[in-house]
Amino acid sequence: MSAPLLEVSDLCVSYGKIEALSNASLRVGEGQIVTVIGPNGAGKTTLLSAIMGVLPSRGHIRFLGHVGQSPAIQDMVARGMSLVPEKRALFATMSVEDNLRLGGFRFHSRSKREQDAAMEELYALFPRLKERRGQMAATLSGGERQMLALARALMGGPKLLMLDEPSLGLAPLIVREVFRIISELRRKGVSILLIEQNARAALRVADYAYVLELGRIAMEGPASELAHDPRVVAAYLGMAGKHQEMLAS
Amino acid sequence: MKPGVLSKTPAARPTVSMPRLSPSGWILLALLPVLAAAPLVLPTYQVTLANNIGIFALATLGLVLLTGVAGMTSFGQAAFIGVSAYATAYLATVSAADLPAPLAWMAGSPLAGLAVGLLLTLAIATVLGAVTLRLSGHYLPLGTIAWGLSLFYLFGNLEFLGGHTGLSGIPALSLFGIAFDKAETLFYLIWAVLLLAVVATLNLLDSRVGRAIRALRGGQRMSESMGVDSFRAKMTAFLVAALYAGLAGWLYAYTQRFVSPAPFSLQAGIDFLFMALIGGVGQVWGAVIGAAGVTFAKQWLQDLLPHLLGRTGNFEAIVFGLLIVLLMQRLPGGIAGWIAKTFERRRQRPATLESMDLPDAEPLPRRPMPQKGEVVLEAKGVTRRFGGLVANRDISFSVRAGEILAVIGPNGAGKSTLFNQLSCVDRPTSGEILFRGERIDGRTARAMAGAGLSRSFQHVKLLPTMSVLENVAIGAHLRGSKGVAAAALRLDRAEEARLLAEARRQLVRVGLGQYLHAEAGSLALGQQRILEIARALCADPCLLLLDEPAAGLRFLEKQALAELLVKLRSEGMAILLVEHDMDFVMGLVDRVYVMEFGERIAEGPPETIQTDPAVLEAYLGGIE
Amino acid sequence: MNFQIVMLLGQDGITNGAIYALLALSILLVFTVTRILLIPQGEFVAFAALTMAAMQGGTPVRLGWLLLALSAAAMVMDIHAAWRRDGRPAVRRGSVLGVGYAAALTALTTLVPLGDAGVAVQALVTMALIVPLGLALYRVFYQPIAAAHPLVLLIVSIAVHVVLVGIGLLMFGPEGARTEPFSDGGLRLGMVMLNSQTIWVVAVSLGLILGLYLFFERSLYGKALRAAAVNRLGAELVGISPELAGKASFALAALIGSLSGILIAPITTIYYDSGFIISLKGFVGAIIGGLASYPVAALGALLIGQAESFSTFWASSYKEVIVFTLILPVLVWRSLSHHGAEDEE
Repeated sequence: MSAPLLEVSDLCVSYGKIEALSNASLRVGEGQIVTVIGPNGAGKTTLLSAIMGVLPSRGHIRFLGHVGQSPAIQDMVARGMSLVPEKRALFATMSVEDNLRLGGFRFHSRSKREQDAAMEELYALFPRLKERRGQMAATLSGGERQMLALARALMGGPKLLMLDEPSLGLAPLIVREVFRIISELRRKGVSILLIEQNARAALRVADYAYVLELGRIAMEGPASELAHDPRVVAAYLGMAGKHQEMLAS
Repeated sequence: MKPGVLSKTPAARPTVSMPRLSPSGWILLALLPVLAAAPLVLPTYQVTLANNIGIFALATLGLVLLTGVAGMTSFGQAAFIGVSAYATAYLATVSAADLPAPLAWMAGSPLAGLAVGLLLTLAIATVLGAVTLRLSGHYLPLGTIAWGLSLFYLFGNLEFLGGHTGLSGIPALSLFGIAFDKAETLFYLIWAVLLLAVVATLNLLDSRVGRAIRALRGGQRMSESMGVDSFRAKMTAFLVAALYAGLAGWLYAYTQRFVSPAPFSLQAGIDFLFMALIGGVGQVWGAVIGAAGVTFAKQWLQDLLPHLLGRTGNFEAIVFGLLIVLLMQRLPGGIAGWIAKTFERRRQRPATLESMDLPDAEPLPRRPMPQKGEVVLEAKGVTRRFGGLVANRDISFSVRAGEILAVIGPNGAGKSTLFNQLSCVDRPTSGEILFRGERIDGRTARAMAGAGLSRSFQHVKLLPTMSVLENVAIGAHLRGSKGVAAAALRLDRAEEARLLAEARRQLVRVGLGQYLHAEAGSLALGQQRILEIARALCADPCLLLLDEPAAGLRFLEKQALAELLVKLRSEGMAILLVEHDMDFVMGLVDRVYVMEFGERIAEGPPETIQTDPAVLEAYLGGIE
Repeated sequence: MNFQIVMLLGQDGITNGAIYALLALSILLVFTVTRILLIPQGEFVAFAALTMAAMQGGTPVRLGWLLLALSAAAMVMDIHAAWRRDGRPAVRRGSVLGVGYAAALTALTTLVPLGDAGVAVQALVTMALIVPLGLALYRVFYQPIAAAHPLVLLIVSIAVHVVLVGIGLLMFGPEGARTEPFSDGGLRLGMVMLNSQTIWVVAVSLGLILGLYLFFERSLYGKALRAAAVNRLGAELVGISPELAGKASFALAALIGSLSGILIAPITTIYYDSGFIISLKGFVGAIIGGLASYPVAALGALLIGQAESFSTFWASSYKEVIVFTLILPVLVWRSLSHHGAEDEE
């Protein structure tokens, strides 16, 4: 494995008396795509939120050499971590262009020209957004919203991009588009931590994978190996028996 | 929040063991002799101070209920005292000739003053509540600020109320031949009223209505779906608070024998809130601690600060304000909360031991259940749009009594949207939903709870600091009918025992019988989900809607849940569950309805669904 | 009542209404960004007016000391926060600058007599005192509980208001004060004589509203502030920290409040506790706007100004009663048009 960009050890998160995440440890190497799969309620979103500092946590998070406990979101953003949350968290009443400009807020001292250049670069990746630049974010379709959320995160020039269920509720064509972009980003050197319920697609693009169950890392391994592990199929689909055969065939 | 409860086991029954007393019971017991002796040993000046504290504590008690328990706040408490005090003072000083003839008997009558004072207070509170309590939480405080200010100016400008100089010359209070003309005699009256109010409040909190009020903080959506009228519960809390202020106003008028606008200003309203906060809004006794603490501290500061600052003015407000900020930042529970916390820690005992001492009350009447096989719920062409997004398109299915139907589909397929419509939280853009043959789309979730439709929540919604038993009893809210007065006077015990016995019965039924008195928040997630089912069962439903009941459960917990659902089905319950976990669903349900992108892609018995190519495609991902 | 009187009252109403509108906007701004109902908004108004009056009257200007104390408290809290976070105390450059600035300004206002410096300079100094005061208030009182329940935020707001009114009495004394008008004379428009201060108030208010509009629509920082109001999580994820947004909205509120105070000081006698009643009319405006709509809030506030002015004519002593009772029909209307389940957390 290449030098770890992100190293999480023994991360715990509790909601009141319920422990949603217990002693989770994972690594994301430079330029890697790592995926975390698991059933609903396993704690996947909690994991990403804790790494980003959205939720308070116990345990250590080392990102780009900085070690911290329960980090602050601003620090993580400033160091180049970006999260696209499951609910997208767009600025619904603002235009696509404003959403994107704000995505680059951490470079607010940049000149207008530099900002525009960054926007153009992004529009090349998301031509659809360029067409809709003046439109309010709330009026976009589900797929376009996901694209906008992704693009806004990229405006922050992340070293590590964390995606929480990017294919959620999207039609197959758009899901394909999302995964195409994910692959493209990796070629550009962005490391990605991906949470997906569409595990087959996730395992296909990922280098390494973790299976999260009931707040614990139950399994881990290279994505290509895990994709063929019958227990993995059971873990994320909850479908044993026939579907394994289907998958194997 | 942990409201004091006079007795932990609400239905007291004769036992051979020592009668158990709650902390509040002990406090009362210890307080009584002290209070009885106080006027005999203290100088008059101190007794007068104690009288003021008692009156303030009474008004503050209302805020404890309102702010600490119900999670609302009002700055109008002083204005309510003012309304009642002015009404009392006016009727006490007016000559009979100045009143219209039919009302002439009221002149000089303290009881007429009390009645008019309370009625006016409640009337104003009803209007204020009616216009603010349906709105978000900011409108009540803002409304009471505006209203408190106008009332202050009104008092100062109405000539028949004496303008800025006020009304003086109120005769001493005389009730049933007893003259309350000295601070010492008034002391007994004031403190008796206060203690009665404390006991009534404790009783109220420990009742059906009390649970509805306690659920206001963080459990409104849940309790509404159990049939609780949140607006009514809010109104109840607000009116009770106003009632206490009204009582305080009557006592105030007869204690001071003089009223003027100044003590009823907005500033005074703020002071009452400060008393409640400093004492501890979560505790009924916090009202007394807060009123005493603030009154003493104020006296001391009023002596001290002018020396320090070299001039006079309302400078103690600076100290109190800073204290409140500090309290909110560091110790939001106030003094009483802090004491209770320290106390609780020492008093922890295994909650399971208490499970046996509920009486076997007569079971509650049950609704006529549909015959097995009868269609209970039916969706016909349900479509839901959000702007341009179609979340559900033309969904049709039915659920019969004695059958489990699962609606499955990948995340984002529109299951939650559908569930919200079925449970009447949301309404379809087009199409119909029928429950036992009647259209229910467009009705409120609250109305449906009474009709026999019960639900659980995807993200467990319970009141973590309330006991398991009380949480479940909220489900039986509509099966009781006793109101505030009955609760405060403990006339609701028979019904309450039946409600709690029902809650216990359901908890035993689902296998949580040994946790009745544990805090609901201390249960494991799996148990909390089961608790939600027990709560739903408490409403005596014929249809259960379960939103992802297996999410986050361990294997054994899932098994227990499946067993429970099978048992309910065999008893004739219709069950609809929305699930993501196919494994859980397949072995359990009779029929499966599969959704993707808001549309039906398959429907049928589990065996055929498991091999349906469209389903496999949806679940295994369409990425090639 | 004749035309002259109507025009006179209308003019009064517009003057006051413009001030209330400014305050309503500022209250809304703070509320949407931070969920805080800024009850102390009125103190910015009163403190500004009384500071102007103190400079003009040659009495000591004490506001600097309050700023200095709050800045020092902010510095201590920053050090403490750094200690808790990193295990060692650290001093932020910003907080040192803050204390230095406060000290310098305190020295200036206590040592240099500004009585003859002219209204413009006095106004600038006043705003230079109050804007950072807003910032410091947020840091010291609200930032530690920024994520708390709105009820807690409201209670703290009330407490801060009470503290500031007490300190106001300490700084300015119980006497009221009025400042010199910005300019003499007025403008005759047909039959109507426009008071010069009215023109000032309306012009400055319009200018400020235009400025705010440009700030929020054109600049990245303004957009960031809007973004924080639209979606808190989204804003945090792009690096707009809630502290930054909170401080910025408070600084803006202080700016608007102090300008309002400076504008109103020549028209009305202001006492140390007058701010509350004035800002409350801004609150009524904000409530008319449903705590959400800027234009409706501004219009509502203008209406309040008119209602107040005309009720002064008909029933002077019931002026406040009428104005604050106006809130009831508004609430009835809001309540009736309100549907659906009650908001929870």
